[in-house]
Amino acid sequence: MLGLTKKDGTLFIAVVLLTVLAPFILNPFPENSAMAQFNAGYPDLMQRFVIFGIFAMGFNILFGLTGYLSFGHAAFLGVGSYATVWMYKLLSYNVLPGLVLAIIVSGLFALLIGYISLRRSGIYFSILTLAFAEMSYRIAFSDLLGRFVGTTITNGETGLQVYSNDPQILLGQNGIEATHFFGFEMGASRILEMAGWSFTFNFGFYFCAVIFMAMFYMTIRIFRSPFGLMLRSVKSNQQRMNYTGVNSKPYTLAAFVISGMYAGLAGGLLAAMDPLAGGERMFWTESGAVVLMTILGGAGTLLGPILGAGFIKYFENIFSKINDNVLHSWFAFLPDGMENFMVTIIHPFVGKGWHLTLGVLFMLIVIFLPGGLVEGGQRIGRLFGRKKSEAEPKPGAIKPAE
Amino acid sequence: MAILEVKGVNKRFGGLQALGDVNLTVAENSVHAIIGPNGAGKSTLLNCLVGKLVPDTGSVMFDGQSVLGRKPHEINQMGISRVFQTPEIFGDLSVLENVMIPCFAKRDGAFRMHAIESVGAEKELAAKAMQMLEDVSMAEKHDMHAASLSRGDKRRLEMAMCLVQDPRLLLLDEPTAGMARADTNNTIDLLKEIRDKRDITMAIIEHDMHVVFSLAERITVLAQGTPLVEDTPENIKGHPKVREAYLGEAQV
Ligand SMILES: Nc1ncnc2c1ncn2[C@@H]1O[C@H](COP(=O)(O)OP(=O)(O)OP(=O)(O)O)[C@@H](O)[C@H]1O
Ligand SMILES: [Mg+2]
Repeated sequence: MLGLTKKDGTLFIAVVLLTVLAPFILNPFPENSAMAQFNAGYPDLMQRFVIFGIFAMGFNILFGLTGYLSFGHAAFLGVGSYATVWMYKLLSYNVLPGLVLAIIVSGLFALLIGYISLRRSGIYFSILTLAFAEMSYRIAFSDLLGRFVGTTITNGETGLQVYSNDPQILLGQNGIEATHFFGFEMGASRILEMAGWSFTFNFGFYFCAVIFMAMFYMTIRIFRSPFGLMLRSVKSNQQRMNYTGVNSKPYTLAAFVISGMYAGLAGGLLAAMDPLAGGERMFWTESGAVVLMTILGGAGTLLGPILGAGFIKYFENIFSKINDNVLHSWFAFLPDGMENFMVTIIHPFVGKGWHLTLGVLFMLIVIFLPGGLVEGGQRIGRLFGRKKSEAEPKPGAIKPAE
Repeated sequence: MAILEVKGVNKRFGGLQALGDVNLTVAENSVHAIIGPNGAGKSTLLNCLVGKLVPDTGSVMFDGQSVLGRKPHEINQMGISRVFQTPEIFGDLSVLENVMIPCFAKRDGAFRMHAIESVGAEKELAAKAMQMLEDVSMAEKHDMHAASLSRGDKRRLEMAMCLVQDPRLLLLDEPTAGMARADTNNTIDLLKEIRDKRDITMAIIEHDMHVVFSLAERITVLAQGTPLVEDTPENIKGHPKVREAYLGEAQV
């Protein structure tokens, strides 16, 4: 199907179904139940799942396949957002030109940074990318570029946004004053009430979801292509590769640029959901987060980075909302002393402390499941005696032609 | 006709003269063995041929063109493949993938952006790679993880990866080291067959004299970075200087 093997096709269809049905799947608890706060099916979070899924998917093409660990990919995320907001300012709130520009600009930017950083490998490569991203962050925050050209480029600490005196030459007399795709507004939602449950269908989410599925399809193709095989052999043994007549440099640079473009697209989509771009999107913590997502989910696997992105975004948004009041209500059934004791114990791990929980989980996963969540899934699959998974070849393995 | 001409090559590592004025001519479609005690500079010489090292002075000509200053992948694309002393394979990939990569390199050159096509659709290349694996009797191991192979199998795999490229010059650095006797004999048979069937020149470094005398038409003896003698196997066997420098300890 679609030029995919049966197994990849099944995986693709599964991901498509899960994405399309996300508003249901992520809202398993009735609106008024105590568990409702664990529901993740609201537009803002669902958009983040797919957008950061794209970001991590692209990062995985570089890190998962070639083994080059970039610590600066947030720079491309930020560049994508700025490019998109600029298109709003100059043309109109239609997101299409912005997204196209985001991909182009981040690709060019990645070409520059990649060309320089890839002169080194290992830790030196990582440090170079980190340094470039820090520079980009500083430049964006101080609007240094803007000072050179005489007009603002990134609008400094305020962040780039649309003002009423911006040209917006395609806006027209009574054009739409919110981000849209040929008239369909990103913010538009339909809510379906069903016996206590409430499901939200948001246009912005489905817009991102369609792009996400297309990018996932493209990622599968890249993984299964000769190009993908070359990238995996860069990771495996670059020396052998060169003595086999392959120039590994352009392959790694291409992987770097492609992953930069994925990041730029993700940044553009963030600005498509919310017409703002700020320097903090380039901060090193964002670069670190995508590394965590990829490793947590399973670097080098198709599904891993998506799972990792979902996992981390879920924690960031759900665990951070659990405060002491919520905890007290959970343990209200206990005697007072016990209740306070439980709240004190759990307190550091939720609310503002969600990073702590994530850190502990990350450690556990890296130690016990070096292959990430995907490996966990495979182990569980094997536990339930599906013999198939044993015979399953490694990701990307090829069958002889017979 | 000489396919490889090494003239006046010197290489120093700090105070150590690893290669001292090496001259070597390898005739096209011949098997040329390079022997010598440990540390004689044999591997260093090969490194100078494939672009891993650049000699301090001297020239290296392959088929009338200098290889000096070229990158390893460019030298490979000229038609030189090398089997390393410690097997260099793609440990993370399957055995078949290991052999397909050199096939791609041979067909597509040093770089080609083929990101949308599917490896699975490359039936012809896969068949070629499988045939090569069959030739080294590893076909049934084609979907094994290359890292999990035995040392001897890794060597045979690396040899298959080089041979599938149909190189004009094949450099072998101790191809049978770490192999069981039976595997060594199979390797000799394989190399003999290749020598007889293809237009290929081989330069082979080997400590196992059985392998050397079974295959080589010319032998160069290297000692302390300098060629001692170069002659036919028969003459080398009886050469007093060689016996003294090398063969005496090897117990022919
Ligand atoms: N990169 C290097 N840096 C420093 N010294 C080196 C380097 N490579 C080789 N040498 C030294 O050069 C000398 C020749 O080494 P070489 O590996 O060429 O020997 P060899 O003939 O291949 O020996 P063996 O039979 O053990 O493989 C040795 O003394 C070795 O220690
Ligand atoms: Mg050696």
